[in-house]
Amino acid sequence: MPVSRFPFVSRRDFLAGTAAGAAALGVGGSLRPARAAQPLKVGLLLPLSGSLAREGQSCKRGADVTPALMADLGMPVQLMIADTETNLDTARTRAEKLIADGAEVLIGAFESAQTLAVAQVCEQRGVPLVINIAAAPNITEQGFKTVFRNFPTAPRLVTEGLALMKEMFKTSGTTPSKAVFMHNNDTFGTAMAGAVGKLFPTLEMPFPIVETISYDGAARDLAVEVGKAKATGADLLILVAHGEDSIKVIREMVKQRFEPKAVVSPGSPGMYEVQFYKTLGKYADYSLTNLPWINPHTKMSQALLTAFGKAYPDALFEMNVGFTFEAILIAADAARRAGSTNPKALLDVLPTTNIADHVMIGGPIVFDAKGQNTNTRSATIQNFGGRPKVVFPAEAAEARVVFPAPGWQQRG
Amino acid sequence: MSIDLANQIVTGILTGLVYSLMALGLSVIFGVVRVVNFAHGEMTALAMYAAWALATWLDLDPLLGMPLIALVMFGCGYLLQRGLIDSFIAKPEHMQFILLVSLAIIMVNGSLLAFGPDAHGVQVSYGFDTYEMGPLLVDKVRLLAAAASLAFSLALMVFFRRSKTGKAIRACADNLVGARVIGLDVRRLYAVTFGIGTACVGAAGALLSMLIDVMPPTGPELTLLAFIIVIVGGLGSMTGALLGGVLIGVSEVLAGYFLMPSMKSMFSFAILIVVLVARPQGLLGGRK
Repeated sequence: MPVSRFPFVSRRDFLAGTAAGAAALGVGGSLRPARAAQPLKVGLLLPLSGSLAREGQSCKRGADVTPALMADLGMPVQLMIADTETNLDTARTRAEKLIADGAEVLIGAFESAQTLAVAQVCEQRGVPLVINIAAAPNITEQGFKTVFRNFPTAPRLVTEGLALMKEMFKTSGTTPSKAVFMHNNDTFGTAMAGAVGKLFPTLEMPFPIVETISYDGAARDLAVEVGKAKATGADLLILVAHGEDSIKVIREMVKQRFEPKAVVSPGSPGMYEVQFYKTLGKYADYSLTNLPWINPHTKMSQALLTAFGKAYPDALFEMNVGFTFEAILIAADAARRAGSTNPKALLDVLPTTNIADHVMIGGPIVFDAKGQNTNTRSATIQNFGGRPKVVFPAEAAEARVVFPAPGWQQRG
Repeated sequence: MSIDLANQIVTGILTGLVYSLMALGLSVIFGVVRVVNFAHGEMTALAMYAAWALATWLDLDPLLGMPLIALVMFGCGYLLQRGLIDSFIAKPEHMQFILLVSLAIIMVNGSLLAFGPDAHGVQVSYGFDTYEMGPLLVDKVRLLAAAASLAFSLALMVFFRRSKTGKAIRACADNLVGARVIGLDVRRLYAVTFGIGTACVGAAGALLSMLIDVMPPTGPELTLLAFIIVIVGGLGSMTGALLGGVLIGVSEVLAGYFLMPSMKSMFSFAILIVVLVARPQGLLGGRK
């Protein structure tokens, strides 16, 4: 069953259901508003145009449906949305402007380099930054006191992604003999490559990586990159890409008849996005991605899915939606517990965040001393009929994994 | 040589041939009108958007839409030259530069307003097909696009060598004073030439829409690519543009295959620097 088609849950049900987890929302707090109804001014920084526009728009859709749900919880928020234009300098200046315009907390910024630029602004100005999505580990390694990340770091994504691969091989009874690793050479891709290089030898994987191919995501086409991957004779492609380049890679694989047992991402976007399905059709099926995903079994996620489905009946519910919602939830929860929207008051309570009832798979949202949530968990999703379905872990599975994937010409 | 490498070289040649047609337009315009079209890539991107629009709304294959787009672009180029660029021909080069860069910026932002920031790609029914030619796997889309590009380029060369108008345009390029003395309408011929250059861009844009996705930043990238090709091949030389396109296409493939794919573009610039140092007029450019 697609994750976006859960039984209807009204906002009233959402409020009632979530009230049961009230104690978990905040340290021993209650869900009743602890402060006046003055909305928290949330500055949301996203790449709404430029090469990451698709992902940024996906995050924005998640943000758009959130204020109504927060209001139901007695945690009103007012969104101030700014476009980073997928540009580092623009991200920095827009962060400055949002703070100047009265934003009390910033959320963003989807891409690691831009997020780091925004983090520096927040640190200088004493305004909290809740990161929705950005995986480069150095963001939370610089001693920032204002940065809180509810997204796994690249090493964690890779560790969990590779562990899930082993589980898949075990379940299917098939293990590839060798793999080729292709990655985008942007900040995220490089961080992921670094993590793969460092962690792969330590995880006792049942196959070697015979070649690592770094490519420019903005390249006009990726024919030579795919040709080079094919020439290795690998029967598994590990891919770290973004939306556009994942399409280019698969398109070239079909043309060059490069048919490994599977294409699997250890935690990057791209292969579960609407455009991927629309452009590639049947060739989008069976691709695997290991990444944090929505937990379909919580009241809160059902309410979010329902609200999202109503607002965007044609859009796909993606990880971006869930993490952007959770980032706003974290900020709103801090304001509720602080009883104030003052940035300094928010900074005082954010380190003690403890949200048990949320939407993504994983334990309660808590931050370590570096501002990193260490309770995120990855799942394996596989594409079937133009939709992603959870295949691992077993308790959240919606379908059985298909591995090895059928060849390009064997697909209806 | 391995089959994989041979496949990649064929891909580079085919892609390079399509790039050549785009660069040919730049070369023709500069060779005759002596104006450097800094909006060349942006015009190509507009043609790509036109091909995408025809394919999306009218289900028209870009190969079939190519003549229409080339014709419309010819008209646009003709009018642009007569209405705007002509008055800048006698002015200093920096003013021409500002004019054309302004046009380029308007086109980039106009396309952002009209089509948004997302990438638009044309999906043809044979988009994933390949031909098996012995041990080689040849991408059908690239093969058809390269064949169309080559046919267009050859037709253009025949036009310049055999037709009356083509000969008159060459006369303008070779000896402007002489052309005026014998009564040629230079202003009209310049407009026709600019129109032909933009028609090349229209045709190349239609073909490129099948190979790469278009979004607003695509224009400036293609301008840079066109400049690399014509400088390597020889500014003003038609065969130089063809050679330059193929050379850049193949060199990118070899750099990606033997070195690192991330270094593809860097390798093109390296070739550009070598040519500028060793043979500034380009591989097939004449000394002037």
